[in-house]
Amino acid sequence: MSQVPAPTAAPPRFDVGCVRKEFPILAREVHGQPLVYLDNAATTQKPRAVIDALVRYYTEHNANIHRGVHYLSEAATQAHENARRTVQRFVNAREAREIVFTRNATEGINLVAQSVGQAHVGEGDEIVITGMEHHSNIVPWQMLCERTGARLKVVPITVEGELVSEEVERLIGPRTKLVAVVHLSNSLGTVNPVERIIELAHQHDAAVLVDGAQSAYHLPIDVQALDCDFYVATGHKLYGPTGIGLLYGKAERLDEMPPYQGGGDMISSVTFEKTTYNELPYKFEAGTPHIAGAIGLAAAIDYLTGVGLDQVAAHERDLLAYGTSALGQVPGLRLVGTAANKASILSFVMDGVHPHDIGTIVDQMGVAIRTGHHCTQPVMDRMGIPATARASLAMYSTRGDIDALVAAVGRAREVFA
Amino acid sequence: MFDLRDLYQEVILDHNKRPRNFGQLARPDRSAEGYNPLCGDKLTLQIEFDGDVIRDVAFDGSGCAISKASASLMTESVKGKTLDEVRALFEKFQAMVTADAEVEPDADALGKLSVFAGVRAYPARVKCAVLAWHTLRSAVEGADDVATTE
Ligand SMILES: Cc1ncc(COP(=O)(O)O)c(C=O)c1O
Repeated sequence: MSQVPAPTAAPPRFDVGCVRKEFPILAREVHGQPLVYLDNAATTQKPRAVIDALVRYYTEHNANIHRGVHYLSEAATQAHENARRTVQRFVNAREAREIVFTRNATEGINLVAQSVGQAHVGEGDEIVITGMEHHSNIVPWQMLCERTGARLKVVPITVEGELVSEEVERLIGPRTKLVAVVHLSNSLGTVNPVERIIELAHQHDAAVLVDGAQSAYHLPIDVQALDCDFYVATGHKLYGPTGIGLLYGKAERLDEMPPYQGGGDMISSVTFEKTTYNELPYKFEAGTPHIAGAIGLAAAIDYLTGVGLDQVAAHERDLLAYGTSALGQVPGLRLVGTAANKASILSFVMDGVHPHDIGTIVDQMGVAIRTGHHCTQPVMDRMGIPATARASLAMYSTRGDIDALVAAVGRAREVFA
Repeated sequence: MFDLRDLYQEVILDHNKRPRNFGQLARPDRSAEGYNPLCGDKLTLQIEFDGDVIRDVAFDGSGCAISKASASLMTESVKGKTLDEVRALFEKFQAMVTADAEVEPDADALGKLSVFAGVRAYPARVKCAVLAWHTLRSAVEGADDVATTE
């Protein structure tokens, strides 16, 4: 290897036009109009690299893993493990065995709730969550509390959609066993101060699970810098396939946790008298995994890191500011979620037009947004509204998309004038 | 281009803006709550009977234009009807909003309610249109549960 440092190439300029060409679905029409896809918080579209990786896997490498001595099985096993290493680098985990493949973010949370819960949570213990969690980061903890007699504490949120910081300090205490907090809220766009929460929780020896379902594709993630104990994300929002998710857990945490499900692959030996569990991460991966999904996810991550998460984040920041100001000028429209630190989400309500009606009308103009409670009913209750309309950004979003949304929202106002 | 007016007909927009029988009855015999978790529509329905006949009915709550107009038009059309007539009407209404596009709604039986025929082109909105009807049914049947469209 040459000792001469490579000339630091200027990072390739972010070109949203080029990016869009990589996403075949963006070329289609809906209701006779060009598709304006602004429902990325629900799921993102897939770049050609991901679609190709799936086709290539099933065309050339399909085999079960960890079980065969034959060529294809070894190739598939290797591709699957390479995918794990890609995820490891992506979140900057110390070791590949700290990455467990799951079905989605929800399964990662359930795994931790079940497994940590079984081993370490009992009566009188407390689990702390926040008022802006997705239902998938509420219900597993409620179930855990029901099972163990632990108590669920909820950090309240302000009308702007920020955590009440004194309450964070008050609620995380000596009884706290685990804190589960969303990194980037899917209904408000708030980016939570997870570093501070993690620091505080660790002062009380509590573990922290960060729900990164929304943050993983908008913000660069470094689990070692965060020092979180668990981090979950979901492939289909990360420009990857559905049915694949990731759980990062510190090795020392995962090691002391009992398995989540029993079955093949998660054992090293089975007799009717005694079964020995496999090592990390396989202990948590019972049964044949979603091999193609893991490979597709790795292709998505490679694509995303190739474009550059910093550049994507900068592009989305610019669009969020543009969208915030453009929507702010629509008479009668009010943004829901106005935290100082925000990303990628534009949730809003409009005088005289219910979000559901907004959704239907803008859809007729080719604009796909989500309406409803976004699986965050407590947020809606807190804000005193039944639902919002939500536009959410991705790397391929453009100012033109925002303009189309604003025009479509204007049409909704006309219909209901 | 597209015809949103098939869905948002004048009658619907009008009933959304100025819902009829909106509020509460002084002495309801029965009441029920309806909830559509998908969009957060919530409504309360109250009925006053005269034997087997719905003498008065009112609704309250919040919802999208389709669910609100549907509740409003429903209250108008069931007032003075017997429970058997109401059941028959519900069946016809449900058939209309879930029918294939080419099936003509039974306009004679449905009257003004046939403005909801456009809903069938919007499968995601069918639940909004039938929420009030489900709630009416659970009020009539005296079920304590919250009626949902799920
Ligand atoms: C913040 C947040 N957490 C968790 C989830 C759950 O993701 P999944 O349904 O893929 O498990 C979502 C996605 O809807 C989300 O936005």
